[in-house]
Amino acid sequence: MGAIDPTLLLAAIMVAATPILLAALGELVVERAGVLNLGVEGMMITGAICGFAVAVNSGSPVLGFVAAAAGGAALSLLFALLTQLALANQVASGLALTLFGLGLSSLLGQGYQGIKPPPTPRLDLGPLSDIPFLGRVLFSHDPMVYLALGLVAAVWALLKFTRAGLILRAVGENHDAAHALGYRVVRVRVMAILFGGACAGLGGAYISLIRVPQWTEGMTSGAGWIALALVVFASWKAGRVLLGAWLFGGVSVLQLNLQAAGLAIPVEYLSMSPYLITILVLVIMSADRSRAPGSLGRSFHASQ
Amino acid sequence: MTLTRLFTTAALALGLASTAMAQDKTKVGFIYVGPIGDGGWTYEHDKGRLAVEAEFGDAVETVYQESVPEGADAERAITQMALQGADLIFTTSFGFMEPTLAVAEKFPNVKFEHATGYKTAPNVSTYSARFYEGRAVQGHIAGKMTKSNIIGYIASYPIPEVIRGINSAYIHAKKANPDVEFKIIWAYTWFDPAKEADAAQALIEQGADVILQHTDSTAPQAAAEKAGNVVTFGQASDMAEYAPFPRVSSIIDDWAPYYIARTRAVIDGTWETTETWDGIGPGMVAIGEITDAVPADVKAEALAMKDAMARGEYHPFTGPLNKQDGSVWLTEGEVADDGTLLGMDFYVEGLTGQIPN
Amino acid sequence: MLRLEKRPQPSRLWTFATPPLAVLITMIAGGALFAALGKDPAEAIATIFWQPLFGEFSFYYRPQLLIKAAPLILIAIGLSLGFRAGIWNIGAEGQYIMGALAGAGVALALYPLESRIVFPLMVLAGALGGWAWAMIPAMLKLRFGTNEILVSLMLVYVAEQLLAAMALGPMRNPDGRGFPGSRNLRQYESAHNGELIPGTGMHWGVAAALIAVILAYVLLSRHSLGFHIRLAGQAPRAARFAGVRPGRLVVFCLGTAGALAGLAGMFEVAGPAGQVSIDFNVGYGFTAIIVAFLGRLHPVGIALAGLLMALTYIGGEMAQSTMGLPAAAIQLFQGMLLFFLLAVDLLTNFRLRVRLREAA
Repeated sequence: MGAIDPTLLLAAIMVAATPILLAALGELVVERAGVLNLGVEGMMITGAICGFAVAVNSGSPVLGFVAAAAGGAALSLLFALLTQLALANQVASGLALTLFGLGLSSLLGQGYQGIKPPPTPRLDLGPLSDIPFLGRVLFSHDPMVYLALGLVAAVWALLKFTRAGLILRAVGENHDAAHALGYRVVRVRVMAILFGGACAGLGGAYISLIRVPQWTEGMTSGAGWIALALVVFASWKAGRVLLGAWLFGGVSVLQLNLQAAGLAIPVEYLSMSPYLITILVLVIMSADRSRAPGSLGRSFHASQ
Repeated sequence: MTLTRLFTTAALALGLASTAMAQDKTKVGFIYVGPIGDGGWTYEHDKGRLAVEAEFGDAVETVYQESVPEGADAERAITQMALQGADLIFTTSFGFMEPTLAVAEKFPNVKFEHATGYKTAPNVSTYSARFYEGRAVQGHIAGKMTKSNIIGYIASYPIPEVIRGINSAYIHAKKANPDVEFKIIWAYTWFDPAKEADAAQALIEQGADVILQHTDSTAPQAAAEKAGNVVTFGQASDMAEYAPFPRVSSIIDDWAPYYIARTRAVIDGTWETTETWDGIGPGMVAIGEITDAVPADVKAEALAMKDAMARGEYHPFTGPLNKQDGSVWLTEGEVADDGTLLGMDFYVEGLTGQIPN
Repeated sequence: MLRLEKRPQPSRLWTFATPPLAVLITMIAGGALFAALGKDPAEAIATIFWQPLFGEFSFYYRPQLLIKAAPLILIAIGLSLGFRAGIWNIGAEGQYIMGALAGAGVALALYPLESRIVFPLMVLAGALGGWAWAMIPAMLKLRFGTNEILVSLMLVYVAEQLLAAMALGPMRNPDGRGFPGSRNLRQYESAHNGELIPGTGMHWGVAAALIAVILAYVLLSRHSLGFHIRLAGQAPRAARFAGVRPGRLVVFCLGTAGALAGLAGMFEVAGPAGQVSIDFNVGYGFTAIIVAFLGRLHPVGIALAGLLMALTYIGGEMAQSTMGLPAAAIQLFQGMLLFFLLAVDLLTNFRLRVRLREAA
């Protein structure tokens, strides 16, 4: 029975957490603006195929990721049009978006099965990678891992310190008041939705271009839903999204590692645990002051 | 019951009409559990369908429906094909067993073929492949190729077919290399690329330098390629895009010969209920090209074993073999019977860990 | 410039006119999609919308429509009560699974007892299973103020894992040669939810859906509780003055939705599906949310929306097997239909005003 090497385990968790981290960060911004977009899974898989197709045809993973962000954003634009201009219900529109995205991606993906995408090189961090333990855990990944981490910091700073972040939060907390103060509620929300779509697209492309890497229909297999859970788990705070992504990614990687190490574990029950923990966090949070944005999921029209 | 009568009349009327209209056109239907682009299980069945089209040309028309959920929706999909005048319908997943039998009862004149099941009827045959023969070849190569003596195995669900594969691979790896050890991960999925990649990664980190998989995506191949020195085998389809290394060989499900033979039987009117469980011999299980990454002598041994199984001279489960708890399963020279194999729910001696349930 | 102006009252005309309009737009857009895929658009549209209803084999498809629509309608009716009151249960999929597990659990525990009591017990267990699963978000909301959208969604994943654990473990068919999945309840006379009238597709679930539609209609239009539900959704503050107790409403709406979803799951597992298997749930709980909105949260509307959804499923399958359309194209088509239905609803609540800059 082999022991689990914590260095390698942590490094694996960093990678496993990245797609859901990217998607959840985007959704966090969307929800902070008061919009609930349940279409994350659809946007992720659309990003996965857009990124894959462009990377394969151009030979450049960078272009692939750009295309993935564009594809995710384009799909989220549909959601924005529906919910912000046509004032359709957000829950139903989000679910419809997932259905649409899954169908669209498999149509776009016909002919891309069984192809290897161009490899994304590891970011060369020179001597940093040679530091024992930390070097393997932190400094030996592909650029997207660092982009995701950078994005966590950026979203955190944006929400906390900038005027734009203040406006975003104001719109999410109370759109009527924000409107009365002269902020363009719909414009802010559309921009947040587009950002969310782009992030989800990046997360999807991370799966199809780096983590797996290949294209197969339905390959995100539920990662988008996990990202949604993650936002709640994080109680709408960027730093906690990172913790949550490590926890969610960690549980799935850990259970595989435990099995590989020869331990008999009840897989289904372990797989439930992140969701039960999320519920627990929700309950604990209710005592805390942090809670869901006040206008989450509600439509806004200026005449109201 | 009125419905049954209605069905029979409709089917009869249709059968008559179609024979009148196009005397020679036989309609063959396929029900798939996944998308034809899954690159594995369904993809190979669809290749079989295309082979039927190529073989018979205008004499046969094929129809298919992909991504059919198991359960109520499957029953409707199968009925639909029967109503549209299919003469022969292949249902290609274990979960279609009950729906297939239910529909077959209503359409006595249509022939049905259910993959991997165990229930038959006057117009329902079953067919499956002895994948464990391919596993034996893989096990041998794996045992010879490993340097760390640790072989990783990504299993899907704890069902007899998967357990058979593990046992067969282990027995032959052990024969080739007595120091070999198996590490098994139950992924609880047939197809989840991200999870399979993680599983492969976890096994590699545990020291495995050969990975066998009973899941359908190429994700483990990519993980092995990234690791650099890990050997893999293609599963369900050839996965040749990862050859010559890390993929050094593969087990291919080749349904084409069977599909062609059964279609011909329907055309000739010689179709009968059968329970087919074919292996390498009749060509239902194929061994993908063994690449040059494998030493020539190992390759020769593997091919010799394959040929012996094809000729029926060697059975992968030949005694003496003990069960995991040390009790005797097969005595010297004794060969496992199909009944035990079909219901296999135990590990052979030497494997560690427990089968989850 | 186009401008939106909120109507003081939702337009009655547009309430009825928007769904057909959306279907029409979808036919045009979908036709373009099918044409782009190299298929005859007219034939594809006809296959999806006409064949199941009036085609050669409609004697088979009409009952199938009922079978497919029944769980959708049953779940959507329950959800619509909560949605009207501003209580967002999106975890019906989980409640559906738990109802099925509870119902099937009773049947499997009693097997092979043949008795008239088996089926009623299963019905009770199914409703209770779904109800109990929905009570978790309800109680947490009352006690701790947690958001029911999120808790109910999380519980879907928990239920899915539980389903897999059951299909592979305690509920596995001992005579099933080690394959996952329970005994087939359709072969267990006392537990089988069969057709009530042969050839019609009418099983107990269809009957229950019909009863639910009628009861919901009566509740919403005649009963004070229905009035409270509507009031709580439209004017929460006024509702409090009117003596509505929000806590009770939460328990009632979530509980009803859970019980109906549980019933739907139980009828499905004992009838059309037949067994507990890993992939037993096919998303009825989520699709029902869409159905509830398409039906504009009105019981009769929901019944029609459920049938329309069922039609696109069944017609879509036909288009796949007869015309060789990929499954993905059908999925895309359904997505479009939902988008357009949601989008045109705008016309019900708002007036489109064309305003010329110069004139203003």
